[in-house]
Amino acid sequence: MAALPTSPSKRSEFFDGIKGELPILLGVAPFGMIYGVLARGAGMSAWDAQAMSSVVFAGSAQFMLVQLINLGTPALMMILTGLIINLRHALYSASISPYTKHLSPLWKAGLSYLLTDEAYAVVVMHYQKKTDIKYKHWFFLGAGLVLWTCWQLSTAAGIFLGAQVPASWGLDFTLALTFIALAVPSINDRPSLLAALSAGTTALLARGLPYKLGLIAAAFVGIAVGLWSEKR
Amino acid sequence: MSDIWIVMIVVGLLTYLTRLSFILLLQHWQPPQVVQSALRYVPVAVLTAIIVPEILASNGALDFSLGNPRLIAGVIAALVAWRSKSALWTIAAGMAAFLVLNASLG
Repeated sequence: MAALPTSPSKRSEFFDGIKGELPILLGVAPFGMIYGVLARGAGMSAWDAQAMSSVVFAGSAQFMLVQLINLGTPALMMILTGLIINLRHALYSASISPYTKHLSPLWKAGLSYLLTDEAYAVVVMHYQKKTDIKYKHWFFLGAGLVLWTCWQLSTAAGIFLGAQVPASWGLDFTLALTFIALAVPSINDRPSLLAALSAGTTALLARGLPYKLGLIAAAFVGIAVGLWSEKR
Repeated sequence: MSDIWIVMIVVGLLTYLTRLSFILLLQHWQPPQVVQSALRYVPVAVLTAIIVPEILASNGALDFSLGNPRLIAGVIAALVAWRSKSALWTIAAGMAAFLVLNASLG
């Protein structure tokens, strides 16, 4: 007799979330360290640099802000840039929202804070599996918290190691690798392949646009091509 | 309060609001069917849009040559990801290839 499939408990979802996120941390930790180094290099105090990692908690925006501080950019310009770079999170929010409808406002508020690129990618793949959704928010919480902890610790390591971690080592490349690890397995049919190819090409052609607008344009082109290919 | 703190708090708040947007603030909005299908392509489109320029144009200029370590390491990582579906192996293989290529091209 086959065993009945057991539905995952809160606890098992939480630990599965941590486990699912762990490999990604290999790519995130060097990125956090480099942020810490660059923030100190731009003249931020250790405390300010660390605080930004939990107040903003968005890698690419933090890198951009550090660069703008270096250039002596006016505050309003920095705020606008930060907003535009982070607009993609609204897409993530829309993509996750069907799965979180049953949660309390407190859960929604908490999970939203943890909705970074690297948590989103792992969590959305888990939500898309056709398994019992009941406790999947615990998976989200586990993945999000372990990523948050890694981001804070690697920022601190970068701040204190300072110039001993030269940016020229190319450690930032690990982040591209984590995204490859997340993207490739999700290409599993013709529409998703065409979506990836068209988004990649657009991003390349539009890379000269300021404020990562090329990224947003590429996302929309990829989504449109995926939809178009699905209808044929 | 210094300028950098004002920027941090405002950007942090705006970022949080974009993350919260559809999950809480617009939770009762029922997206039309086409939007629901479109959302399936968000992860793959956004991820590839981040990866490709990072690999082919990390210094701004296009570099399709075999002397571009990011390109070779990226292709190796993609093959490993495709065959193994393991994030750990993908990142380890890509990083190893990148470090070896960097040292030998260095």
